[in-house]
Amino acid sequence: MELLDKLEILTDAAKYDAACTSSGLDRKGRRGGRIGSTMAPGCCHTFSADGRCVTLLKVLLGNACAYDCQYCVNRRSHDTRRAVFTPRELAELTIQFYRRNYIEGLFLSSAVLKNPDYTTELMIRALRLLREEYGFAGYIHAKAIPGADPALTWQLGLLADRLSVNIELPSAASLRLLAPEKKKESILAPMAQIRDGSAESRRSLRTLPARRALRFAPAGQSTQMIIGATPEDDRHILTLTQGLYRKYHLKRVFYSAYLPVSDSNLLPAPATFRPPLLREHRLYQADWLLRFCHFRAEELLDEQNPNFDPRLDPKCCWALRHPEFFPVEVNRADYECLLRVPGIGVKSARHILTARRTGALDEQGLKKLGVVLKRARYFITCSGRMTEGLRMRPEGVLHQLLALERPRLPGGGLDQLSLFDAQEGLS
Amino acid sequence: MRPGWTEVAYRYDGSFAGFLSCVFDSYRYREAPAAFSCPEEDRVSLYPERPVETDAGHARRVFRSLKEKISPEAQRLASHAFLTCLPERECAIWRFIEMGYDIGPGVTYWLTDQRVAPLMEAVRHLYSEAHLLKGFARFSDTRGVLAGEIAPKNRVLPLLRRHFCDRFHGETFLLYDRTHREVLLHHRGQWAIRPLAELDLPPESEREAGWRQLWQRFYHTVAIEDRYNPRLRMSNVPKRYWKHMTELRGELEDGGAPSPRQPAEGVLPRRGG
Repeated sequence: MELLDKLEILTDAAKYDAACTSSGLDRKGRRGGRIGSTMAPGCCHTFSADGRCVTLLKVLLGNACAYDCQYCVNRRSHDTRRAVFTPRELAELTIQFYRRNYIEGLFLSSAVLKNPDYTTELMIRALRLLREEYGFAGYIHAKAIPGADPALTWQLGLLADRLSVNIELPSAASLRLLAPEKKKESILAPMAQIRDGSAESRRSLRTLPARRALRFAPAGQSTQMIIGATPEDDRHILTLTQGLYRKYHLKRVFYSAYLPVSDSNLLPAPATFRPPLLREHRLYQADWLLRFCHFRAEELLDEQNPNFDPRLDPKCCWALRHPEFFPVEVNRADYECLLRVPGIGVKSARHILTARRTGALDEQGLKKLGVVLKRARYFITCSGRMTEGLRMRPEGVLHQLLALERPRLPGGGLDQLSLFDAQEGLS
Repeated sequence: MRPGWTEVAYRYDGSFAGFLSCVFDSYRYREAPAAFSCPEEDRVSLYPERPVETDAGHARRVFRSLKEKISPEAQRLASHAFLTCLPERECAIWRFIEMGYDIGPGVTYWLTDQRVAPLMEAVRHLYSEAHLLKGFARFSDTRGVLAGEIAPKNRVLPLLRRHFCDRFHGETFLLYDRTHREVLLHHRGQWAIRPLAELDLPPESEREAGWRQLWQRFYHTVAIEDRYNPRLRMSNVPKRYWKHMTELRGELEDGGAPSPRQPAEGVLPRRGG
């Protein structure tokens, strides 16, 4: 089979994995090897026609899977073309793409070829060739295969910058139903192993000279789960996410809206099903609030509101439910309070803290800092004054915010919700 | 305007050292520059025009004083602002430096001041363009030398230099900035940024075409058809970068829609029905 065909098959098989980041680690090129470096903020090299970032060469080592997970395009029972890269082909592709600055590194995943141990061994061989013979010091993200011998996962982590284990579905019951060969325990065990190894590695990178330091997944780990294939609500998913960040110290949790790739009767029927892209978007917004804005999952969703309002972002929804918290005075509020204002993010909050050392900020001043007031103006005062002509009436604010958000939403569906529902959902 | 200072228009060689020499002269002769011009641009000024010779010693003194009398942050802001495409950037930087000498290290907190805010914004634009180009710049292998071309709004080469020289430390490469007609050269740990009027590269070899084809196939395959979203792509990679990007150049002619010249399995095939 030609390399071009293999690349197409194994890219096609890997593209449903949402993670494509190269962040979390700074490594100078000269130290690392013959070619390549990594940069902590990550770097997008292009964006595909679906608008998603392409930073790594994201491929499977092979797609001939021994498992039969219902939601997966590579399942055993699916009639599709199969291929496997040789380690040499993969290394050449990576290096030649990298030299031309097409990519930031390699994201290597694989279907379960024969069994988890055999698959992991093949991945180790490919990565070892790339790291040792080609001297590649760019970013490598490798997928740990659940059920593999911990000693093999350890070797994989010594070659990769980031490891990930996909949690796949948001609950053990769904996993039992759709992915009978995978067990919750076999997913969580490598996660714990990676957490401990990676922490140890970061400690030794801080204290020992780079040469002698342990390098086990120094950029940490991430995971992904499929949204909308199974009945869990947003509250369940967000609470799970929060737990993963706290217990397993994940760098990122990715959500992947289920795409109708299977006609299994255990899954939504392909004919009528539309991928829940907006729901995925809201989950990412909430995820951001957990990671950077000091929100807790229980604040964003509760028993009365188990799902996000599709029409408004999670921070706006929270703000409308908590009128007692507002208005926030930009000249006195602390960093955490500023971060709770819709429209004010990490950058704006920092700029406000810096600028107000030189004198009181007014609305013009905020604009000069680059703070976008479209949403924020309903929730702040500047030296005790609100924007002229604005008065904080919750229903009025709701209308304004809905109007602001509407052009950004996909058409159809949403318009059918009446305002009556909106009031109920939010008040 | 400071009392007793005369307004002048400086004519200098367009280099950063030349600009710093102007700053030196303005304080020495109590002159407030109202305009700056370089030999390339023919501009008539209403103010008396004064040519300023670039003096490396003066430039060094001014550069050091930015750090010592104001702050390291102000020194960085002033030097990076010189790389931006801010209109009349020299006057803006001069006003910022003047303010810095007056009020000291606190100057960079004055984010809402009209002498600081435009510089901050211009530099933010510079940094974000440089960051994007770390990813969007493309190289081709021509007989073992990697050659790339970009057309940025700001002069980003000095900011890209460290990144690419470190990443490709074993490679011989050049990166040409078509807007500012400058080239970054690198060979075995040695580098230089030089003016260059034109860059002509030999046509791509067969091997090179092969790698490009592989990359384009990867690029088109990795997109998920059910999530097709050209508007999102456009806001993430603004169109002005497409011309120099291997995988997007082909889509330029038809407004970002899948190119008809692509083979059938190319861009996001629609499922039947």
